[in-house]
Amino acid sequence: MAGNVDALFIFLLMLCGFMCLAIFTMIVVFAIRYRRRAGQMAEQIEGSNALEFTWTFIPFGIFLVIFVWAAFIYFQERTPPQGAAEVYTVAKQWMWKFQHEEGQREINELHVPVGRDIRVIMTSQDVIHSFYVPAFRIKQDVLPGRYTVAWFRATKPGTYHLFCAEYCGTMHSGMIGDVVVMEPAQYQNWLGGGAAMGSLAQTGQGLFMSLGCSTCHRFDTQGRGPNLTGVFGKPVLLEDGRTVTADENYIRESILQPAAKVVSGFKPIMPTFQGLVSEEQLNALVAYVKSLSQPPTGVAGTPNLKPPNGQKPEINR
Amino acid sequence: MATAVVPLPERENYLNKEYGIKSWLLTTDHKRIALLYLLSITFFFFIGGFFALLIRLELLTPAGDLVQADTYNKLFTMHGQVMVFFFLIPAVPAVLGNFLVPIMIGAKDLAFPRVNLLSWYLFIIGGLLMLYTILTGGVDTGWTFYTPLSTQFLDTHVVAAALAVFVAGFSSILTGLNFIVTVHRMRAPGMTWSRLPLFVWSNYATAIIQVLGTPVLAITLMLVALERLFHLGIFNPQMGGDPLLFQHLFWFYSHPAVYIMILPGMGIVSEIVPCFTRKRIFGYHAMALAVIAIAVLGFLVWAHHMFVAGISLYAGLAFSLLSYFVAVPSAIKVFNWTATMYKGSISFATPMLYAFGFIGLFTMGGLTGLFLAALGIDVHVTDTYFVIAHFHYIMVGGMVIAYLGGMHFWWPKISGRMYPEFWGKLAAMIIFIGFNLTFFPQFVLGYLGMPRRYWQYSPEFQILNVLSTAGATILAVGYLLPMVYFLWSMRYGKLADENPWGAAGLEWMTSSPPTTFNFDETPIVTWEAYNYDEIDREKGVPVER
Repeated sequence: MAGNVDALFIFLLMLCGFMCLAIFTMIVVFAIRYRRRAGQMAEQIEGSNALEFTWTFIPFGIFLVIFVWAAFIYFQERTPPQGAAEVYTVAKQWMWKFQHEEGQREINELHVPVGRDIRVIMTSQDVIHSFYVPAFRIKQDVLPGRYTVAWFRATKPGTYHLFCAEYCGTMHSGMIGDVVVMEPAQYQNWLGGGAAMGSLAQTGQGLFMSLGCSTCHRFDTQGRGPNLTGVFGKPVLLEDGRTVTADENYIRESILQPAAKVVSGFKPIMPTFQGLVSEEQLNALVAYVKSLSQPPTGVAGTPNLKPPNGQKPEINR
Repeated sequence: MATAVVPLPERENYLNKEYGIKSWLLTTDHKRIALLYLLSITFFFFIGGFFALLIRLELLTPAGDLVQADTYNKLFTMHGQVMVFFFLIPAVPAVLGNFLVPIMIGAKDLAFPRVNLLSWYLFIIGGLLMLYTILTGGVDTGWTFYTPLSTQFLDTHVVAAALAVFVAGFSSILTGLNFIVTVHRMRAPGMTWSRLPLFVWSNYATAIIQVLGTPVLAITLMLVALERLFHLGIFNPQMGGDPLLFQHLFWFYSHPAVYIMILPGMGIVSEIVPCFTRKRIFGYHAMALAVIAIAVLGFLVWAHHMFVAGISLYAGLAFSLLSYFVAVPSAIKVFNWTATMYKGSISFATPMLYAFGFIGLFTMGGLTGLFLAALGIDVHVTDTYFVIAHFHYIMVGGMVIAYLGGMHFWWPKISGRMYPEFWGKLAAMIIFIGFNLTFFPQFVLGYLGMPRRYWQYSPEFQILNVLSTAGATILAVGYLLPMVYFLWSMRYGKLADENPWGAAGLEWMTSSPPTTFNFDETPIVTWEAYNYDEIDREKGVPVER
């Protein structure tokens, strides 16, 4: 990724350097060649439509090339590949909190294995922040009230700067951290050295039970709420006839503002959990709901939590 | 005149017609109002500049050691707000535009002279609110007022600052309105649209943006104030609001505002270049059309400030493409200025040095804009020093340089005196060098990943920051020089005749300084703009000064 960005950057540097050089050379040459001499009149030239067209359409053509090239990179930057490992991130004034799928939690340090796609799912507890790792050429603002996503694949072990790039108050410049990229074996060691509390999805499962979600969201069709098995990532038909995709943001919204997008065939009876669950707990719940749709070949370290009676999902009824 | 009491019977002009504070504060003469603005914005320029100097001093070392973090945040916030809203936006339209637009089209004054005075009073009320904000502890939202930081998380004078900008905005709207009506209704006989000087075209295009864009900013800031005072929840996600909505609204004005700040500068350069090359501007119609195109397209590119803010992929694609559209007319202008020099008779007087500086720096500012409009690259360099450098190349390298060029060019007309040419050239050179030393290293800093608005930073960025701070001190000297010699020249400068540059344009056909109603009788225009061939055939090419 960084290579792609740099390739375009260097192309632009050469192009713009050439343009600057061309224009500056012309100005200097004209300034010397046509400097004022006593009694010599300027030669009047009205302008030239041919020239105007030339320097309208040639730059425009070049701009289009840059646009397409850069858009292609942006598309890659914004489209995480399938099967990426997921790290949930909560930003707050002024720190970064990370939750790994395997259950590890860390602050201002993010350990990742080399060569693996990492999808960072981020939200903010307060103001807007921005997740910026210059070495990976990625940046994504982190907003309160929703998830935004960034992804990267580190290619070289090492420690890289993590900066907050969106001004977020007093210690904005102190909201920095490190992304530590490790060899896979080392990374496994690091994972082993940490938490014994179980995976993030397991934490979510615990919350799902203790918060009483499971009383309505049963794993059959008898619940007062929709069965969540296999829902994640699929289209959902809503009561008002719209269809939305059940992504992280939809699950999140359905927990915090249950009445916003009610699934077709259900009543808006669910109470809001706004203020009752922290951002970290919300992440765990989302991770759990997501795990209900994962094929048995789940990510290493993430046990498949599909309920034993796993039925076909009934979303559209 | 019989009423003259000064020993030397000086010709009556707008400066000596009346004396006394009242004759200034109640004046409806566009030229006197222009001078009122000149004093006010110069005052704010030095306040904003002082903040900038403190910022650069803090950044001399990686540690946050000169000022507290909160103080630093206030410094860059107030530097931005003062410079953008109280210097750059009014600079050329309200000072040079106010002075020159009516004269250039052969009118006695603007269409609504009293509204013009009202504009200045609104500006002053806004300015006083800003001073109140500064003196009572300041504000630290960043000049962009981003929510929910500004609405829920700060307890500084956000409402006062928003109100200051809100009020000053109305001054801008009224100036714009005045210019539009004036250009439509008050042109002298024969002054057709295609004979208008490009400076008038630029101010006309600017006025359109001021009238259409500024109300959106007013609404946005009003919402910020209401949200703070009454907790409406428009930008608060917990109440179903959307913090991104603020960014859309803010940039809907603030991107076009960039063109409010640069178009008049382009207008100035389009006057200076023909005069000091003794040529008709190359491609007059393309130049006028480009100005209007920039004003219109400028309204369609706001979300290019938000490529990483959480807008959709496809919104990103659309706004990137539209941003390349607006780059085209800017490129056209650079090519035409350059082509105007071809086979000219080029003089290196101070205004022309500034024009050279403008074309060079604006070109670099514009070309680095291509980097930022390129989606994949913007993701890396947005919100870093790359952006800071880019917009300072446009705002300072472009607008401030053009403004200074214009001030030197029209100073004989405004004051009736010549500035000292040697000091003028020296200052122009110092500013050019100081500017590049200040801001060029910031492009590199940004690419290396230094985020903007950082009070303390990683030590590897220090060398470039030291260079930048060194440049800023040179730049400060460069700005003080014209202050000093302009003041000096008001008393000791050589008296200027009506047309010291042998320039085309109606403003050079009236006395220096002009009389209150500009012309003894309404001029009838029978020539095209920039008719330097006719002027030089009649009077010969002016000798190098």
